[in-house]
Order: sequence, then structure tokens, then C-alpha cells
Amino acid sequence: MKDFKINRRKMLQGTALAGAGIAAPMVLTSRAFAASYTNEPKGGTVTLGFNVPQTGAYADEGADELRAYQLAVEHINGEGDGGMLNTFSSKALKGNGINGKKVVYVTGDTQTKSDAARASAKRMIEKDGAIMITGGSSSGVAIAVQGLCQDAGVIFMAGLTHSNDTTGKDKRANGFRHFFNTEMSGAALGPVLKNAFGSERVAYHLTADYTWGWSQEGSIKKYTEELGWNTSAAVRTPLGAGDFSQYITPVLNSGADVLVLNHYGRDMVNSLTQAVQFGLRDKQVNGKDFAIVVPLYSRLMAQGAGENVKGIFGSTNWHWSLQDEGSKAFVKSFGQKYGFPPSQAAHTTYCQAILYADACQRAETFRPSGVGAALEGFKFDGLGNGPTEYRAEDHQCFKDVLVVKGKENPSSKFDVLEVVEVTPRKQVEYPAELLGGELGPYNDGA
Amino acid sequence: MTTSMTKSDLLLLLCFAAAVLAGPVLLAPIGAGYPDLLQKFAIFGIFALGFNILFGLTGYLSFGHAAFLGVGSYTAVWTFKLLSMNPIPAILLATLLGGLFAAVIGFVSLRRTGIYFSILTLAFAQMSYNLAYSVLTPVTNGETGLQLAQSDPRVLDIAFGRDYGAVLPSSDLFGISMTGYPGFYFCGVMLILCFFVSMRIFRSPFGMMLRAVKSNQNRLNYTGLNTRPYALAAFVISGMYAGLAGGLLAVTDPLAGAERMQWTASGEVVLMTILGGSGTLLGPVIGAGAIKYFENIFSAFNEGVLVQAYSFLPEGLQHVMVWISSLFVGEGWHLTLGALFMIIVIFLPGGLMEGFNRIRAWITGRFGGGGGSLAPAAAE
Amino acid sequence: MDAIVLQILNGLDKGGAYALIALGLTIIFGTLGVVNFAHGALFMLGAFCAVTVKALLSLEKVALDPTQTTAWGTPLEIRTPYVEAWFGDFGTAMLNYSVPISILIAIPVMLLIGVSMERGLIRFFYKRPHAEQILVTFGLAIVLQEIVKSLFGANPIPQPAPDAAKGMIDFGVAIGFQAGNVVYPAWRLIYFLFSVAIIGGVFAFLQFTTFGMVVRAGMADRETVGLLGIDIDRRFTIVFGMAAVVAGLAGAMYTPILSPDYHMGMDFLVLSFVVVVVGGMGSLGGAVVAGFTLGILQSFASMNEVKDILPGIDQIIIYLIAVVILLTRPRGLMGRKGVMEH
Repeated sequence: MKDFKINRRKMLQGTALAGAGIAAPMVLTSRAFAASYTNEPKGGTVTLGFNVPQTGAYADEGADELRAYQLAVEHINGEGDGGMLNTFSSKALKGNGINGKKVVYVTGDTQTKSDAARASAKRMIEKDGAIMITGGSSSGVAIAVQGLCQDAGVIFMAGLTHSNDTTGKDKRANGFRHFFNTEMSGAALGPVLKNAFGSERVAYHLTADYTWGWSQEGSIKKYTEELGWNTSAAVRTPLGAGDFSQYITPVLNSGADVLVLNHYGRDMVNSLTQAVQFGLRDKQVNGKDFAIVVPLYSRLMAQGAGENVKGIFGSTNWHWSLQDEGSKAFVKSFGQKYGFPPSQAAHTTYCQAILYADACQRAETFRPSGVGAALEGFKFDGLGNGPTEYRAEDHQCFKDVLVVKGKENPSSKFDVLEVVEVTPRKQVEYPAELLGGELGPYNDGA
Repeated sequence: MTTSMTKSDLLLLLCFAAAVLAGPVLLAPIGAGYPDLLQKFAIFGIFALGFNILFGLTGYLSFGHAAFLGVGSYTAVWTFKLLSMNPIPAILLATLLGGLFAAVIGFVSLRRTGIYFSILTLAFAQMSYNLAYSVLTPVTNGETGLQLAQSDPRVLDIAFGRDYGAVLPSSDLFGISMTGYPGFYFCGVMLILCFFVSMRIFRSPFGMMLRAVKSNQNRLNYTGLNTRPYALAAFVISGMYAGLAGGLLAVTDPLAGAERMQWTASGEVVLMTILGGSGTLLGPVIGAGAIKYFENIFSAFNEGVLVQAYSFLPEGLQHVMVWISSLFVGEGWHLTLGALFMIIVIFLPGGLMEGFNRIRAWITGRFGGGGGSLAPAAAE
Repeated sequence: MDAIVLQILNGLDKGGAYALIALGLTIIFGTLGVVNFAHGALFMLGAFCAVTVKALLSLEKVALDPTQTTAWGTPLEIRTPYVEAWFGDFGTAMLNYSVPISILIAIPVMLLIGVSMERGLIRFFYKRPHAEQILVTFGLAIVLQEIVKSLFGANPIPQPAPDAAKGMIDFGVAIGFQAGNVVYPAWRLIYFLFSVAIIGGVFAFLQFTTFGMVVRAGMADRETVGLLGIDIDRRFTIVFGMAAVVAGLAGAMYTPILSPDYHMGMDFLVLSFVVVVVGGMGSLGGAVVAGFTLGILQSFASMNEVKDILPGIDQIIIYLIAVVILLTRPRGLMGRKGVMEH
């Protein structure tokens, strides 16, 4: 460093450079101010941001979401076989993109961490000019990104997020959720559990110690206790505990005859595998067959638990074996492109992309408040869950909920769940005030 | 103070400042010239600078610095909620609390050296993380992360008659919003300030003492000198840097999550420092930039982008290239990062800074003495 | 009382895994002076040896059945594993015993991985600062796990225990409990016994063979052993391979308890370092004692009775113990002076 000499010329150059550095972004921002809303598409294309987990425990789920998004983009742009666009009740989309603009997309990695997910979403908004952000595989991330999109003035179409808070306590005007929540899981599972196991049961909960887990535990407790079940204990387990044996052995002699595993992802795979290993599925307590319940099932994760899922009840947003026209069209389109059936994560993200595109088309704008108004109270059918409504009060979709059971004789490695009951929508509906929160006004951004 | 600065130091500082302030322009060609990433560069640059004061000078390898970052973030968000949306009190309190927390943990951990010290700091940070994620949810809002709410009291703002209306407030410095480029310049100025402080510490007798702790602590102890206060001071200073960085994270984006305190986050700052070159002034900033760049830019390449990038190739070759490249970008960006760590440490033990110095030496050797034209602060 | 016995069993089981990983880690510390952040990845690779063996055994002959179609309209694939097609019932049994079989494969594979790791990378880092060892081995760990991810995906892969070991053993009767009160899964008892056997084997090897004697001497004073004209480097290569085998076996046998995924190594990495340090750097006995102790204490801390008094204690117990032990015993339970203190 000794070689350096300050001379006036260099100093001046440096200052000029620094000055240019300060000035340049000002030009950029002032141009942004001229637009009437954040990232208003000006050219012949419109950019969507697909923010999914690509590393970490949910990477496979994220990969499936990305596949579904790519398929949705193809269909919106009029390529491929059109998938669920053919069965969708709204016929606004013409296969020429959205509002005449071709859809392009950018992708990012949420890492299933709030910070990383927000950084990735910000890149899409600030650098790539994304007009809408969608995707994700956890409620913490969904809530974090939803808040960001509200601040930035773009629409957020939530991916897989099951916590009540996403459209409850932490709901935002710019955020929309197609996926169901723990409240609906509880309402749907309750009656099925009563039919299967009777009304005199003692339940023992193992709950992942974070907000989604508590939300799930609360809902299941509420609905099973209404049926006359007792809850003997609700034990919190650390996220990613791996070996759950120290939480499972106390169940053995607790007198409980139902074990509810409020776990998702790897925690679910491990706790279920280990609970079966400890003989809980074959046990007899109080003269009854011991039962295990996994309130939120994911087919992808159920594959990870292998044969341990057999006969175990749970709920799911959608399953590829459904026989309605929409589901069949989607499974066909996805299966032909990728060679295996889509997961519920793929389904919900595909629907979200289609619903967003359709709302823009009907609103004839990409302005968040306009798109939001087109989504609010929107009633549709043909996307695989029967007649569905995007409720205006909390931006939550209301639709039928599936109660599923691990299949005894799977015909392939994808065929691990069977649908026990399609719980009708009116049975899982609840008043919007129940979960609290404030939508607040739309933010169209700068 | 500046009077005692050598000319070369002054030049380095000026070049550094110029490079930071011109960041949006300099980094635009490599796709990093957008506010969020620039903010991250500056913030993690501060974090790594602080870590370097401890690790680079004293050799104490802390594996728990993320805890101070997290404390800083939580403090800043709580300051926003309770006092004011102005970033000044937030970062002051964040720095202070980061330092206090570091003082407590450092006081205990510095009773041990070597790996025993590392594990002690790791243990404290992991306890903080696990508790913040679960039991301390009333304070930290657990997994969801601590967020602002419309109903927050914000007593100072109210006292000064500031009303944010029906929308969620965002932090602003007397009317300048701290998001976007203004947010970056705020962080950038902080980074320059931190760089200056770090430089002063490096050149001071205190810095010399810290280096002595690294080279031979026993000998120092035999001379009757108690080294622990020096190490503790370094630990607290680096904790304050981390607290400031955490506070700035909350300033530019008012959300604080527990995962900021996880051991992987502590590990990240270690990697940033070593990657850039520990013990050097600039290295940690460069290392921080490199890792954040990979995280945000490499992870964003998807198949569509790759297909386009190789569109000049014949189709067969294009498929092969896309397939090979896709292992390293998009969902494979971790692989690139891991490989980078290995390559750097195998071939450039002094980190990226050693690489730059070698290039400079090569150029100087080749073109004879004309090295003055090469800016040492070409990147951040 | 039965609850406590069960928790001790849980702890011994967990502790078995901790001890095996920590054992290899501390051998590498003690002999080579290398901080191996890729040790968790070795555990993971061992587990994926089991996955690979099962995948190979269940390689399927695919026949298309044009009369049936899948939900997406392509002909249904009828899949039969080759081993079943070729060997009939014996093939089915082989599939069933894929985890124990994988042990036989894991030993040479892990030895090879360990030796090539040491020769190809680690040996260049003996004299380098610990920070650089950490960076390079951490980078290696990431590379290894990303390779596994690109081959096997990110989801956990089920690895069931053999049918014969799936049941429960009424363990309590043997020690005077009422029948049915202390029953424990057979595979977990097998895992515990397995870990004890491996630990015993390693100790016997180091204690009773000339090779082991030289290695122990090398751990104590590398320079002198070198001066005696003994090629300590070659032995250290084998030692590294051995540590890799121990970690790999721990991983392979653990798969029926924890469905393996590419990230499992990182989850065990931090924990195993804590175990090693609590045991005392470079102390083999310390690593084993600490592994089992931490396993058992972790189990106790998870009991409802304890959690009711101290909420969240099960989340931090391991780290809390580490802090307490390191503050009261400067070099862990059995650490030697001067090892890894700088």
C-alpha cells in the first residue's frame, strides 16, 4: 500500500465516481416514482417471482412447486395441453399470456428461512421487476414474505402454508392463500376420527415447538374435545429433534389411546417412524386399538415414512387420485411432462398462479388493488377442490378438505394415501373474526 | 485522530469509501446493483469486520457471534415498536445491547482458550437460538419473527406528533425512508465508519496487544500481564459490531427472526472472514460480499436462464452444458459455495485478499513499480 | 420408575450414536490434530451406503402393461425387483435384511472414502491453522452433501429394519419389572449393543495391537515416534480411514431409527463437537462417556415432569451441560493438557 500517492486528479476522479454512484440510483428511483404502481409491466412481458425452497429439508417440495409453476406459465402462455385452464370455470384467460403480455418468471431460494426468503423476494422485486411473488413451504416464511410484499406493493400468492396466522393474525391485504389451514384440518378430521375411533378417547399430543405446531395442536384439541375426547398431555418437541424416542416412551404407559403428531416434514417422518417402531400402531390400550393421527399429511413426506403411514389418518389439501375433471386434467398434464403425479404443494401453487393470472385478466390490470378486488369474493370451480371461494374478509380460499389415510396396499411409490372423505366446504367454514388480524388497505407501491 | 493516520491508510479509507458509495454503479454489471443486496453487503461487511477484530487479531475463534446479531435485531425492532421509527435510537440501542450481551458471554467464555472457547460461545448462541425459537416467543415471536404492528405504542413518535396513519410504518431517518437506496447509503456510511474504527484499532497499541495475544499468550502471561481484559475488550467490540449489523438488518427490513442466531449463521461469519482473509482490513468485507453474492445471485439461475445463456451452442451441446451448469446454480448453489471454500483455502490460504495481493505483486513485478494505479478497494 | 428406565434406554441408544461419531472425531483430533468438520458428512455417507444397498437390491425390472394406464395416461409399469425375480424368497429376504447387509458394504466403502480423503486433502492441512482446516472440511462437507442431494433428493428415505427386529422386546421382565411395562424396540437394543461392540473393538485395537500402540504413542508425542524411524504418516492414514468407518457404520445402522436425508450430517456435526469437547479433546474414553452421559441427560430433560418445572430445558440441555462442564473442568471430563487449547 506504500506505493500509493494521492494526487489531485485521482481524488477528483474518485469524487466524481462517488457522485455518479449516488446520482444513478436517484434516477432509477425517480423513474420508479413515475410508474403508477410497483413494477408496472411496460413491455410485452410480465414477470412473476417463484420463491421456493431449493435447499434444506423442503427442497423436494420446492422442486415440485417449481415444476407446477413452469407448467402454469406454459398453460397461461398457451403452450402445452392447457391443463386445468380447460376445466377452470372462469374463461377469462385466452392462452396469450396475461392482459396480452407473455408471462416470464424468475426463481429464488427461500432456504425455508425468513431472512433468506425475504432477500430472495426483494431481489425479484427490486432487480427483476417481479409483479407478484408466490411459493414457499412453511408458514414462517409465508408470513415474512407476505409482510414484505405488502410493504413493497406487490401481490403475494402464498404457497404451502398451513398455519392459521397467514390469513388470521398476520393477514395482509396484498396476501392471498389457496391452501387450507389448521382450523379447517381440525374441523374436517374431528367427525372422521369420531366415526373411526369413537367418542371416548384419550389423546396425547406431540407438537413441534413453533407457531404452526401450536396452531395445529390448538385446532385438533378444540375439535376432538368437542366430540368428547380427553387430552391427557400436549408435549412440545424441539424442531428437528431427529430422535423422538424420549418423547414417545412416556406415551406408552400414559393411558392415552390416541397419539396426535403435530409435526410436518422431516419431524413428521421421524416421529411417525419411531412411534410405529415403539409398537404404538399395534398396541391395545383401555381395550381399544391405539391410534396415531397426523393432522397435516403431505404425500411427498409420507413417502419418506414408507410403510409406517399405513392406516394412519390425516388431512390434506388435495391428492392426485381425485377423480373430478380438474384434478384429472392437472394430473395428466403434470404426469405427462414429468413422469410422476403432482404433490399437493404443486397443486396449490399451480392454482395460485392460474388464479392470479385470471384475476389480472378480469381486472384488466396488474395493479395490486385491482387484482385484489378481482380475487376478493371470487367464486370458481374446476381447480380440483370443488366449488371454491376466495373470501373477501381474510383472503382465504374456502373449499372441500380431504381426509386421507395411509394406504394398506399401495400400487406404486406415489400411491401411499387414500381419500377417506371429502369434507364439504360448509363444514370447515368459520367466521373471519375467529382468527383475528387486520387486512389493512392495499398497497400499490410507488 | 486523523492526523496520526499514515498517507496510505488515508488513501485506503478514501478508496474504500468511494467504492462503497459507488457500489450501486460498480456492482451493477455483475447483477448485484440493487438495494437489498447492496444493503446486505454493507451489513454483513460490518458483521465480518467486527468478527475480524476478535478472530483476526486475537485468534479467538468464536462460534456464537450470530447471537449478538440476533440480539441487535430484536433490540432494534423493539425500539421501533416502543420508541420511534427513527433508526438512530434503534441502532444505538442495538449496538449497546449487542455489546452488553457480548460482555456477559465473553466474560464467561474467555475463561477458556482454543476449541474450548469456541464450544462455549457456540453453546451460548445455540441456547439463545433454541429459546428464542420456542420458549421466548412472547419476546421474539418465535418462528414467525418479530414484526411491527399498527397498534405499537411508539411513544417518542407520538410525543413528536408523528402519525403513520392506517398503514404499517417503515423506519425513516427524519423523513428519508430507510428502504431502497437511501437505506443502502445509511448502511454504507455505517460500514465506512466501522471500517475506519477497525483500521484505527488495527494500527493502535491496543491492536498490537491483541496481535500479541494471538502469537503467544503464555509468554504475555509470564511477563505478568493479564491478557484477558484485552481479549474481552476485543470480544465486546466485535459484539457491538454484530449488534449494529443486526440493528441495521432491522432498519432496512423491520423483521427479526430467530434463525439469525442459529449456529449456521455464526458459521457464516467465520467463513466470510476466512474466505476474505482473516487479519486483513479489507478481507472480511470482501468475503461477506462474496458469500452474499452467491446466496442471492447464483441461487437465482434456473433452467430457463441457462438455456438462454447457452443458446449460441448447438442443441446437443447446449443440453449437456445446461445439465452440468445446473448442478452448480439454482438449487445447486450450495455446491458452488462448498467448492469455492475448498479451492480458496487450498490455493489461497490467506483468503481472497492473498489472491489480490498476488495479482498485484505480479502486475507490479511485470510492469515495474506502476502498481499505484490499482485500486485496493476495487470491490466490497 | 419404569419411565426412568425407559428414558435411560433412550439415552443409551442416542448416546450410542453420539459416542460413535465423537469417537472418530476425537481420534482424528488426537492423532492428526485436525478439526474435521466433514465428520458429520461421513456419518451421512454411511447412512447412504445403506440407502444405496437397498436401492441396488430393489432395482426393478420394468415391464409396461398396455392394458392398464396411470392417472396421467401412460401405460402402467409393472415393477419387480431383480433379486426377487432371480432368487425368489431368498431375494425377498435379502431385501428385508438390506440394512445389516449394508454394513458389509459400508466397511470397505467408508475405508476407501476415509483413506482417499486423508491422502487427497487432509494431509495437506496437518500444519495449517485450525480455522483453515475448518473451512476446507466444511466446504468438503457441503460438497459431499450436495452430491448426495443431487443423487437421492432432499426427502428422507425410509430404511426399515429387518422384520425380525421390528418387534418389541419385553426388556423389563429380565430386570424385575412387571411384564409389559418396560418394552423396547428390538432394533434400538441392537443398535446399542452394536455401538458398544464397535467401541470395544476400537479400544481393543488401540490397546492390544502393535499398530494401536504406535498410534497411541503418536497421539502422545508425534515427533519422538517419528524420530524412532516409524512411518507415522501411513498409520495415520489408516487411522483416518478407521474413523471414517466408525462414523459410517454408526450412520448405516442408525437408518431404521432416523430416515436418512442429505442434511443429517450437519445436524449431528455440532452435537458431536460438543460431545467431544465435553469428553475432553483427544480423549477416547472421554468421548464415549460424554456421548452416553449427554444422551441420557437429554432424555431425562425431555420428561414432562422436568419440562413442567423448567420449560424448554430439553431444547438447551446439551449446551447447558457443555457450559457447566467446561467451566468447572477446563479440559472437559478427561481431556489432556495442551491439546487444542491454542
